[in-house]
Amino acid sequence: MAMARLPLSKTLAGACTLAVVVASCGGDNNSLTLYSGRGEDLVQPAIDQCADRLNVEINVRYGDSAEMLLLLQEEGDNTPADLYYSQGAGYLGILSADGGLLPLDEKLTSQVSDANLVSPANDWIGITGRARTIVYNTEALSESDLPESFVDFTDPKWSGRIGWAPTNASFQDHITALRGLLGDDATRAWLTAIVENKPVAYEKNTPILEAVASGEVDIGFVNHYYLYRFLAEDPDFPVANHFFDDGDPGALINVAGAGVITHSKNPDAAQEALECLLSADIQEYFASTNYELPVVAGAEPWSDLPSINSLTLPEFDLNLLADLEGTVDMLVDVGAL
Amino acid sequence: MTPRQPSDDRALRIVALAVGVAAALPIGYLVWRTCEYGFSASVDVATSGRTLGLLWSTLKLAVAVTASSVVIAVPIAWLTVRTNLPGRQVWSIVTVLPLAIPTYVGSWAFIGALGPRGMFANLLGIESIPSIYGFWGAWASLTLFSYPYVLLTVRSAWMRLDPGLEEASRMLGRSSWHTFLKVVWPQLRPAVSSGALLVSLYSLSDFGAVAMMRYDTFTREIYLQYRGALERGASAVLGLMLVVLTVTVLTGEQRLRRREDLHRLHGSGARTPQPVELGRLRVPALAGLGLLTALALAVPLGVISYWLVRGVRAGEPVWPAWSLISNSLSVSLLAAAVATIAALPVAMIIRRSPGRFANVIERLSWSGYALPGIVVALALVYFGANAVPWAYQSVAMLVFAYSILFLPQAIGAVRSSLLQVTPSLEEASLLLGAQRTTTFRKVLLPLLRPGLGAGAGLVFLTTMKELPATLLLAPTGFSTLATRIWNSTSEGFLGRSAGPALALVLLSSVPMAILLTRSQRQGARRIGAAGRDQPAENAKQDVPSEVRLTR
Repeated sequence: MAMARLPLSKTLAGACTLAVVVASCGGDNNSLTLYSGRGEDLVQPAIDQCADRLNVEINVRYGDSAEMLLLLQEEGDNTPADLYYSQGAGYLGILSADGGLLPLDEKLTSQVSDANLVSPANDWIGITGRARTIVYNTEALSESDLPESFVDFTDPKWSGRIGWAPTNASFQDHITALRGLLGDDATRAWLTAIVENKPVAYEKNTPILEAVASGEVDIGFVNHYYLYRFLAEDPDFPVANHFFDDGDPGALINVAGAGVITHSKNPDAAQEALECLLSADIQEYFASTNYELPVVAGAEPWSDLPSINSLTLPEFDLNLLADLEGTVDMLVDVGAL
Repeated sequence: MTPRQPSDDRALRIVALAVGVAAALPIGYLVWRTCEYGFSASVDVATSGRTLGLLWSTLKLAVAVTASSVVIAVPIAWLTVRTNLPGRQVWSIVTVLPLAIPTYVGSWAFIGALGPRGMFANLLGIESIPSIYGFWGAWASLTLFSYPYVLLTVRSAWMRLDPGLEEASRMLGRSSWHTFLKVVWPQLRPAVSSGALLVSLYSLSDFGAVAMMRYDTFTREIYLQYRGALERGASAVLGLMLVVLTVTVLTGEQRLRRREDLHRLHGSGARTPQPVELGRLRVPALAGLGLLTALALAVPLGVISYWLVRGVRAGEPVWPAWSLISNSLSVSLLAAAVATIAALPVAMIIRRSPGRFANVIERLSWSGYALPGIVVALALVYFGANAVPWAYQSVAMLVFAYSILFLPQAIGAVRSSLLQVTPSLEEASLLLGAQRTTTFRKVLLPLLRPGLGAGAGLVFLTTMKELPATLLLAPTGFSTLATRIWNSTSEGFLGRSAGPALALVLLSSVPMAILLTRSQRQGARRIGAAGRDQPAENAKQDVPSEVRLTR
């Protein structure tokens, strides 16, 4: 057998050496550890830039935003992490409420274009904005077929034609925001009516876009930027974004944000890294490559995307997004999960 | 009875116990989290209508997947071991290869190809085909990517069967079907049940297929609780329910096995049997194998290639970075080695002193097998960060996690090959004055090679595909092929994930093909060499005396 013939002593010796080498890496003063709920493809180039500029080593662990938060919670005081970068404000709110984040300098928090992009406790900050939109199949529908407001998808004519991702964090953040905007009772009634329209559930945003393109469903509740990646690969992709008017519950912004971990051994360098992520050229990168909305004053969104200030920044406290549990309970109650 | 010194036995027991306790670490964590969550809250979660509903849908899926895996695997084992099927050697490798395809890749490919508006529907110009989402989709993808667990165990058992018994049955006038039912099947049953055990527990723990196919199971609910509500208490309760389920299934299998130990040992392959002439059956047999291969291999590989071409056109490299490959290969090889070594004392205890202690150790080692990877990973995060911070986020810790997760696969393989070794060989060696260690090294170990190789091979394959524990426990910045695929698909870069996906499948297939070819050749050699010197009556002496005593 191939496996059994490997000299055992050599394998074990190799294992030990490898383990020791890896374990002894990191921990020095000139390195930062970042737990990222955002994908490697989206943020690694920006992080490489900042590591170069600040002359620190930045080690990044990629995973699901929720799982990275669970990781921080399990590690407690012994966490090796200096920074947490989350896909949505909800998880940052939870971490902030647990006392897991350090307050940020004012020179950092004053850079963003809207006070709602910073946590009330000043312990995390938005890095980029993501608009909630709907996508529609351009072969089946024209923009004028779409309802005036996001809440009107309860109309029975949309029965069986909606794709959504009820287990997805961005969607759940949206529902939490709706609860803040419309109140719990109205949100529950809206969700119940949507469920009666038999929406098709997907795991996350990308499969919704594929399903809308293939005609499996006609519209989908998604974040705005996924579409542009499909269009970059295939300009004939038969899907378009529709942005609702400012003030509509369908035009909400959620931010991807980051904060410095309380137990960070290198908090100053960590703040500098955040500052770097807000610098003009990195914001430019996020806008032009990932099609996200820049958060600092003066940085322009990509192409004809709306600016973050022209969309509904929830007027209520973004930290309310931390009440994920209430949202999950509500989704279970109405039969969405 | 194998002569043994008490001290020697005690050392073995202590090592086996240590392995069992290490494997049960996640259970300890779950118990602790459940206690913290509170008794009444835990009872509420465990007895809620939703949980009971999930229990039913989970069991339904596990039973259906296990049954269909057996139904697929047994005929294939027969075709590739006992008949003159054209291309037998090739088929015997090809039919095991679906094991190299992760369910999260396979299910995604199914949806792309066979979904309501997938490539298949487009090709035929059909407006809509029956939905593959839900139970049927989850069932089909779990079955197609895990039936090889049963196939592997059944095939190796079948290769060892003494054809003399079947011939006797036929000469005594029984039909071939009757002979199969009364003579062959009872001898295969332990192998079927140990393969079925792996499949059923695997389908309890799998997240990839049920998430893609949107079918609610315990595992999906645990993820939902963790990700949506960050709820560790309720997840722990659900996890413990999975552990109880695992131990129940395992106890059933242990009972079954005890009753059947004698059959398993019958004959160590007297000679090569005359292959069965398939005749007119050849066409349906080939058609069936072709259909299976199309679904379980061609569809996933086809969809991956489709995205690969699109990715390459957009400027992605075909072959992923070397570091991803070497990371995947090195941790998988290490996990295979460690898990196999850890499995040895457990398997030896089960064989040498079957009884309550051995049963407890075996249950401990298996207890976490049905747990979703994220549960085991978080348990080890807690343990690692707080108890052994110096080893936390090291490759050693990651390999430890893999070994715990996949230990049962190695135990199963090592145990079945241990049971084939006649204790009289060890006795002879000891009587001739050899040391115990020498006896182990020179007599037992060479005979165990096929089992150790098979166990290590299974652990290697499963580790290559593993995702949740890798994401949480690997050293920061340590990427593997699996995490690379996850990273790109989760953000919608499908073209970018195709290269790593193809590399993962190919790199897993090659060692498996080598392993299978060797074991076939070895099997053929052994059968050929045993020849006439070993009359069927002698088979009785192959039964370890301990087993006879327990009966």
